This record gives sequence, structure tokens and C-alpha cells, in this order.
Amino acid sequence: MKLDLDPRLVAQARALARRAGQPVVDLARSHTTVSVERAVLRLAGVTGADPDGIPFVNRLVDAVRADVGLGCGVALPVFHALASSGLDDLTLLAQKAAAGSIRFSLPAGADLRRAKSASRRAVAAGMKTIDRNRATRDRLIRRLGDPRQRPWIYLIVATGDIHEDIPQAQAAARAGADVIAVIRSTGQSLLDYVPEGATREGFAGTYATQENFRLMRAALDESSRELGRYVRLTNYASGLCMPEIATLAGLERLDMMLNDSMYGILFRDINPIRTFVDQRFSRQIHARAGIIINTGEDNYLTTADAVEAAHTVTVSQLLNEFFAHEAGLEDWQLGLGHAFEINPDLPESFRLELAHALLARELFPEAPLKWMPPTKHMTGDVFRGNLLDGFFNLAGTMTGQGILLVGMMTEAVVTPWLSDRDIALQNVRYVLNACGNLHEDFVPAPGGFIQRRARQVLAEAIDLLGRIVDDTLLEAIADGTFGIMRRPADRGKGLDGVAKHEDGYYNPATEILEDKP
Amino acid sequence: MKTVVRPYGDTTGDGMVQVSFTLPIPHDKLAEGAALQLAGKMGLDPAMLVHAKPIGDGFTFFVVYGSVRHLVELDKVQVIERDFPLLSAKEVNAMVRQRLRRKLSVVGACIGTDAHTVGIDAILNLKGIAGEKGLEYYRELKVRNLGAQVSVPELVAQALAEKADAVLVSQVVTQRDAHLHNTREMSAAFREALPAGKRPVLIVGGPRFDETMAEELGVDRIFGRGTTPREVASYLVHRIVK
Repeated sequence: MKLDLDPRLVAQARALARRAGQPVVDLARSHTTVSVERAVLRLAGVTGADPDGIPFVNRLVDAVRADVGLGCGVALPVFHALASSGLDDLTLLAQKAAAGSIRFSLPAGADLRRAKSASRRAVAAGMKTIDRNRATRDRLIRRLGDPRQRPWIYLIVATGDIHEDIPQAQAAARAGADVIAVIRSTGQSLLDYVPEGATREGFAGTYATQENFRLMRAALDESSRELGRYVRLTNYASGLCMPEIATLAGLERLDMMLNDSMYGILFRDINPIRTFVDQRFSRQIHARAGIIINTGEDNYLTTADAVEAAHTVTVSQLLNEFFAHEAGLEDWQLGLGHAFEINPDLPESFRLELAHALLARELFPEAPLKWMPPTKHMTGDVFRGNLLDGFFNLAGTMTGQGILLVGMMTEAVVTPWLSDRDIALQNVRYVLNACGNLHEDFVPAPGGFIQRRARQVLAEAIDLLGRIVDDTLLEAIADGTFGIMRRPADRGKGLDGVAKHEDGYYNPATEILEDKP
Repeated sequence: MKTVVRPYGDTTGDGMVQVSFTLPIPHDKLAEGAALQLAGKMGLDPAMLVHAKPIGDGFTFFVVYGSVRHLVELDKVQVIERDFPLLSAKEVNAMVRQRLRRKLSVVGACIGTDAHTVGIDAILNLKGIAGEKGLEYYRELKVRNLGAQVSVPELVAQALAEKADAVLVSQVVTQRDAHLHNTREMSAAFREALPAGKRPVLIVGGPRFDETMAEELGVDRIFGRGTTPREVASYLVHRIVK
């Protein structure tokens, strides 16, 4: 280990993260949300939307909720209604429910047992599709192979039009991208439904829809065969529809998902309880689907100072790791985030970056860390920006990062042009070619600046975790501990979509995911 | 002072500039000729093609150096010069306390689907930007930052509730001119909601605004790239406290 961290301190940090996170897990296990219930229906095979574009899963959950509430889940009332109405198609039931011609009730006795097993059977079929997709991915990777180098090169496309995104994504893959991320339309994270179909209109991004997922994955499968390496596809789960987007990603074989435990709370003002409940379910789905999550710690550093707040990144990584493990994700699935956001005018800024990046590397040795480029100090001086991106790439390779989001010198100027992307990739290729294995030689001097700085950040992280344990995580979030945003648990968007479990709550998806008989 | 200047490479009057661009054609002799033709039409004479590289399928990237024929006539340049004194935080607070005799109420937001709070946060958050504290630091300003993705009706309602003296709106996303549409919608909503004398001072900011467009967009002032909190605070005092 290059930083010579005290293993007792590392263990203490993890133990504190567990203690801080456990009450939130208990909360997540005892509540459900409209989006969790809609995800269950999606797994059970409900698709499509009404003429107003409102998905049938929304219609169905709203109708059940109006009749019997959410506290027992929607699976039982829906499958009971299906049996008693004599229909054999859930989507048809949803249409009738939307028109107001179905009354929902909670079954008892033999009806209850029947509804339970019917719903479990339906959801198991969806789960089987997810399992099949995972096996397909494994097979394609075996046949075509992984990228030849670490870090994997992660590039963003975002035209708003899926049919424009596809050729751009294929060109990016040909130019060297290992991972394609399709940025979502601005504002989608605050929609309480997932839009339907192939979309050609978006703002600064393309809507995440099941059909867009399918089209892009098919296009990248084509590219993967052409290039002889498996090109991964990424999208964004965070927001009000985390569980559903996670489900759709599993159903359409996406490979990575942005999924942060606190991003929605801090940066989208989504209610904390809603977020933690949705997050847990979505991560259970990711675990099943073999999807690598990317967490969003880089965002803290865009609002807070990257030196002063360095320890909040470590704290958030430890919490994200705890929540991820609890939800069943394995270390290889944890793309914990951090970023190159220290003010370049600060003396020794690059050494500080190395210390922070190496700390993350050593705390999470098996995780494919997600290394995010400078944004805050990109000024529009594209020449300096290109230099800064070069140092970012260098820090990434020196500290053995897993996934490198390619920085654009035109960050904060324009959405990347074709030439910007080419120059950015040239920058990455130069660094990886010139010193791709520099991490083998780069060992900070014992007791030197980098070791001391890393230990200081770890100590500050432990101190903060201790305060969070005393104060509770929800209070810490309410007080503005992360990214300076204050987010009380009784405020924020989506709170009205949260319900406490009542006696008899049943969720066949959770039952399968947690492998209960 | 000189009223006519030319770009400066390494000799006064040489007119040298450097440009880069991409043409949607594969890299060959024809493409290089095409790049030089474009440079000529842009006023570069003579133009030197110093770099040409194929990027992707059927695209070529060029870097061209050359001397531009055009002259810059400084007496015909139009800009919005700062027409108010730049005050320190102390002076801002003193002016508000002595002359307004109550706190000056400011409401800020990113409107529409824009989720980029970096601009509004730089101006409003205590933290500020580039070592300069944001408006929350000013004791005599009452600041309410509504954050991102605030709808126009919500902004108007909050401005009324806070009895806002000024409304600050930040717009970063400019795809399909969203920043211009949103600003027009916002100013129209305030005009509809309140009579002329009762309206808060409307200010928009963002890196891609043209500062001369205030009247056209129906706002009182536009702040462009590189604006600091202190400039905004000074403007508020100039405009509201008098």
C-alpha cells in the first residue's frame, strides 16, 4: 500500500459508515414508494402509455392508491383484480383502471395466496429477462473482450435525438471510447414517470426511455462486433424514478448506471426518504443485473471547495459503499466517484489531487473508481483547459483509476463539438500511451506531502462520520453537511409518493431479490 | 488613443489570427483547398494551413493561421460599460441601512429546465466565487435562493411572498435558445402579475447572454460571463437604493 494508511483507522471509518447508514437502511426496508411499486409492475410486464403519454404503470399505481393506499404494495390488489375481472393481461387491466372501471381491494384467504403466487410468477418472468441479459453480457465480453487498458475511457453523447445520438456514439466508440453515456434531458430527474418510446426532442440531453435504451444497446452491440471489444452503455438512474429506470436498464442490458445515494437529495431537492427507499430497490436491481454503478461525489466538489471538502467525498464514498453492499452489489460493481476539481492556481494543487485520488484508490482497492474531469475551473480558456485535462488524465493513470470520464476543453463553453471530442481523446491517448503503467513506479515518499495529506483527509472523514453517527445521517443532510445544501427529511420533491409498510405489505420483486423462499 | 487597430501576432499591424474548424469532408487535397478557401472568405490573406487531420468518418479538422484584412474601428464598438460605482460589501450594507432602512430582498433561481446552479450559486451563496463572497454574505441583503428548475409561476409567487426588490435569474443552458425563451417568459409573467412601479428589478445572468439585449428581453439588466457578486450588489444599490 502506497499511502501506508493505518488499517485500524480504515476499519474504523467503515464501521462508522455502517453505523451512520444502518438507520437509513431500516427506513428503506419499512417504506415503499410509487416508483418502487411501478418498477414491480414493469417487471411483471406492464408496458406502454395512454394517449396523453402517461405510462400505464403510473395509471395503475394511482388507481390502486386511490382505492386501498400503497401501504400493502400494489402487487396483491392488482393481481387480485386481474383474477376477479377475468382479464389475462395486466396492461388491459391498467387501461380499464385508468378509465375508472376497476375497483381495487386487498385480498384475503385463498384469494390472497392466489394473488401472491400469480404476482410472484409474473415478476419472476421479468427477473428472468434481467438474468438472461446478464448472461448475454458475460458471453459477449468473453467473446469480444474488455478494453485493453485501464482506465476505461468514458465519453458522453447528448444531442436530444436518439437517432442523432446513435451515429455519434458509434463514432465515439470507433475513436476509442469504451463506455458511452447518454446524458439525459435536463429535468428528467424531476419527472415522476418514465417517458415512453423513441424520442427526438430533449434539452441538453436525450430522454431515458426503454425504447431509447434498446436502440442504443443494439447499435453498440454492432460497434462492439466491429471493434472486437465490448462497448458499455451508461445512463442515469438518479431522480424520482430510480427503481423504474434501474429496472428498464436491466431489461435492456445497460452496463452502467449513475446511481448515487444522496445526489437526488442534495442537487435535485428530492425528499431524503423517497431517495433512500428508491435507491435501495434500484441498487438491488443493479446487483441482480450485473450493472456497475457510478456514484456522484464529483458533484460535491463543484459546489464546495475541493480542498476544504475533500473529506466529504471520502465520507460519501464510504456511505455509498455501505449502501451498495447492503443492497447486494459487489466491489467490482462500485464505480465510486471523485473528481479533479482543485483550483489550479493553488500551490501544489496537483500533489493534492494525487493524494485525494490515491486515498480513494487505497480505501477501495477492488472498486472501478470513476474519475471525473475538471469543470469548475474550466474558464473558457480552451488552451489552458486542454492542459488541465492532460494533468487530469495523468493523475488518473498515476493513481490507477478504473473509469475515466473524458474531459472537454470546451467545458462550460459549448456542448462538445466533434473536434473537441477528438482533441480530448487525443489527450487521453497521449497520456495512456506515454505512461499508462506509471502507477507501477509512482510511490509517494514515506511521510511526504502526499501521504500526510491523504492521512489528514482520512482523519477528517472519520471525524465527520463520528458526528454523523451522533447526529444521524438525515440530520446531517438537513444541516447542509454535503455540498453545502440543506435538505430536511420532511421537505423536498416526491415525499407524497412515500408510504410506510403496513401489515401484510407484499412486494414479489423484493422477495425474489432478497432470495426468500 | 488609436481608433483603428489590427490583430497582433508578433509585429504591430501584422493582423495575424489563428482559427480552427471542422469541414464535413474526408481529408485529401481537395479538403485542404476547401479549408483555405473558407479562410480566404473569412478575410485571412495570406492564409497558412498548419494542421489538417481526419476525425471520424468523413470529417477533417483544420488549424489555419493568417493575416486578416479587417480593421477594428474602436470608435464604432458598442458595449455596456458599468454605469454605476463599484462598492465594497461594507458600503453596500451602509447604503441599504441608511437609505432603504430595511433589508433589501433578493430572490434568485435557475428557471425552466436549467439545472445548472453554478451561476446563481456563485452570485448568491455565501461561498461566492474567486475569493469574493456571495450576496448571502451581505448583512443588509435578505437572500432567498430557490435553486434549480423553478417554474416561472413559482418564481413570481415566491417573489411576491418575499416582497422581492430584485429577482435574479441564471440561465446556463442555451440549447435551442432556451435562455432567451425562458427570460422572455419570465419578464412577461412579472409584467402581467404586477403594475410597473411595483415590479421587482429583473436581472438575468449567464455566460451566453448579449448584455445589450436587456430591453428586448424585457429585463432591467443582463450580466454576462465573469460577473462578480460585488458588481451585482453594487448594481442593486445603484438601482434600488439610489
